[in-house]
Amino acid sequence: MAEPMTPLDVKVEANRCLNCYDAPCTVACPTSIDIPRFIRRIAAGDLAGSARTIMEANPMGASCARVCPTDELCEGACVYAPDNSPIRIGQLQQHATDWLIADGRLLFAPGPATGKRVAIVGGGPAGLSAARDLAVMGHAVTIFERDELAGGLNTYGIVPFRLPTDVAVWEAEQVRRLGVEIRTGVAVGTDVAAQELLAGYDAVVIACGMGAVPKLGIAGEEAEGVWDALDFIRIAKRDSFVPGLGDTVAVIGGGNTAIDAATCSKRLGASSVTMFYRRGPERMTAYDFEIEFAKSEAVEFRYNVLPNRIVTSGGRVTGLELIRTDPAGTARAIPGTEYTIPVDNVIPAIGQSKFDALLDAFGVSHEHGVAAVDADMRTNKPGVFAAGDCMFRAGASDAMVVEAAERGKTAARSIDAFLREGAR
Amino acid sequence: MADLSTNLAGIRSPNPFWLASAPPTNSGYQVLRAFAAGWGGVVWKTLGDPIVNVTSRFAGLNIGANKMVGMNNIELITDRPLADNLREIAECKAAYPDRAIVASLMTDCNQKAWHDLINAVQTVPIDGFELNFGCPHGMSERGMGSAVGQDPELVEQITRWTKEAARVPVIVKLTPNITDVRYTARAAARGGADAISLINTINSLMGVDLDTWNPIPHVDGKSSHGGFCGPAIKPIALNMVGDCARDPDVTVPISGIGGIADWRDAVEFMLMGSTNVQVCTAVMRDGFRIVGDMIEGLNNYLDGRGLASVAEIVGKTVPRFVNWNDLNLDYKIVANIDPATCINCNRCWIACEDAAHQCIDRLVDERGGTTLKVDEEHCVGCNLCSMVCPVDECITMVRVDSGESVHTWRERLSVPS
Repeated sequence: MAEPMTPLDVKVEANRCLNCYDAPCTVACPTSIDIPRFIRRIAAGDLAGSARTIMEANPMGASCARVCPTDELCEGACVYAPDNSPIRIGQLQQHATDWLIADGRLLFAPGPATGKRVAIVGGGPAGLSAARDLAVMGHAVTIFERDELAGGLNTYGIVPFRLPTDVAVWEAEQVRRLGVEIRTGVAVGTDVAAQELLAGYDAVVIACGMGAVPKLGIAGEEAEGVWDALDFIRIAKRDSFVPGLGDTVAVIGGGNTAIDAATCSKRLGASSVTMFYRRGPERMTAYDFEIEFAKSEAVEFRYNVLPNRIVTSGGRVTGLELIRTDPAGTARAIPGTEYTIPVDNVIPAIGQSKFDALLDAFGVSHEHGVAAVDADMRTNKPGVFAAGDCMFRAGASDAMVVEAAERGKTAARSIDAFLREGAR
Repeated sequence: MADLSTNLAGIRSPNPFWLASAPPTNSGYQVLRAFAAGWGGVVWKTLGDPIVNVTSRFAGLNIGANKMVGMNNIELITDRPLADNLREIAECKAAYPDRAIVASLMTDCNQKAWHDLINAVQTVPIDGFELNFGCPHGMSERGMGSAVGQDPELVEQITRWTKEAARVPVIVKLTPNITDVRYTARAAARGGADAISLINTINSLMGVDLDTWNPIPHVDGKSSHGGFCGPAIKPIALNMVGDCARDPDVTVPISGIGGIADWRDAVEFMLMGSTNVQVCTAVMRDGFRIVGDMIEGLNNYLDGRGLASVAEIVGKTVPRFVNWNDLNLDYKIVANIDPATCINCNRCWIACEDAAHQCIDRLVDERGGTTLKVDEEHCVGCNLCSMVCPVDECITMVRVDSGESVHTWRERLSVPS
């Protein structure tokens, strides 16, 4: 959300970095970017070297510069953090990667061809990261992406003022330039069968992410003016305009996507945006800085409340009936506490559905749609690996872009070992 | 309020802060501004036959985000007619009679030229002369500046000539572009100098432009060596001042010059034997206004230590500036890291491990946190860890010897074992 830094700001900030040894910021980075090194290279005027340091460790380095919860990661770990003046690592990372985007050079090259073919299901952060490293290792990679553009949630699911589409698309383009074939508009399981991939490739990475926001399961959900939060953001990001968006918007949920939907509604012109969360503020899963940002955008918050019914008139949303929940935080509704407010839109953001059927089609064991993998991203099926949102267990790990990128890298290493072992 | 007034070989000024002969003392306009700001004295930009300057004259040395930790300069002596300079000197002296105005001089290497210049300048009220034997650029190619300042015999001879004519004290400004500054300092004293001032600027080339491959600064694509000054040269200047101060044959007072930017630098130069100090680069960076901070800072320092006069600190550290042979080999200190203020940047660890004596142990606990422990048995007390530590006072050097034994290399050589 921060503006690009001015050259003066960059110079002062980059030179402020202490160049710690075994730096805590690098330890805190899921992709282990050598942060002091990339900052030192900025200070020394070697932006190509700086960008390479970032992108080598994290193929999603330009996106992560913008969307990483840096307070919780690198900047939170900075030795200056206790003095409330951590190095603005995310912004410096954006400076270096912006330079690379403008420069246009290709930093990496495909390795000597191994003759091995790898299929990747899904061109989001995990799939692209796996593909980048596999290509550098010399494997022939094909990504199957159901959407029109690669990039996954980076392209479609993160509000444009946090991550513009062109940055996400640029990252995918860097992977394509390494010779990775990205077949967009092809849904595995529908347009291409899982069996085809299993038969035609030496290894498969399932990086399909997650699906739509599940239904609330209340009356009125089919009315005009109700959007799945991800659909809403997708339209906003594509068209910078969402037809039917009214003045008063209710967002259901307490996670980062709910925040995104709320702030996006505000920026699209809704005058009153309220988030309704079923538990207390301390249980919200959105990052603190996101909540602060939403508050600064004048988004309102209501806690311990559940949607009970969407009130409609002539097929359009006119109101939302809510019911209060147990203040102890069990999210259990208290009968008799129903009340109704007038709203123009309801945007549920209560998580995402899983692709159980796809995992079944590959013969991959899973738990409620979460692929079971070991530390090397191997599934139960030899040659089939999984990375990204499709293998994150709720509560076990944050579904951050940077985590997805790291799992993609791990899958690539694992696949490389698997393929080279097979060659012997 | 401590007495800050100083007396350098008879030249009095209300405080020890003088502006060195340089671009800030080029004109009466500037000197009046400087006196209004509080400067105790000025050494006027070198007078002589007016020269022609080039454009593009200065270049800065930047370290990280810090601008102008050093600068170099290819500007020559005054490019204004002598009469203009003398009229303005008289105006400044009339406006600020309590301040010192010293005229820096440079001319050809013959007796008449020096006598003529001194007699011409003495037609206006002036408190002293400073002979520019130090300027390393441009004028030295014409047999002036450091060309004479590098030759002890010429220094002595010219000093003698000037003393023949001068009715006010003569200060000889020394060049650092010489193997051992004591030889020219002694020559100045032999020639009858009333004081010496040092150091002038150091031969330098500031840089090369990575895009154009031009030297920096360049004049239409070409450059020439310049004089280097500013905070980066302070250690070199302090060493030379100390060497002169402790030399028994350098019998004259010293005006200290070289990288002085605040009152603390000034105190260091005075402790090392300077009666007063001269400042240029700091003013070129921040303007004349800095003198207010210098005066108050110095006064607060003296008051804090209960010293009535700044003269009391002059030379106090000189006896402690000795030859290596006279250092106590039995003195032993080791590093001590305060865990309460350590921010765990581990800079001390990597510095000691790669560049010193591998005497900091980095202990990693089960949660990945690190703590640092000094191996006191093997620590040689080099100070490197405390130098790289970003937190003041986090790493201190603690004395571990008895404090009673003194044993020097000189003694060791003189006692047969």
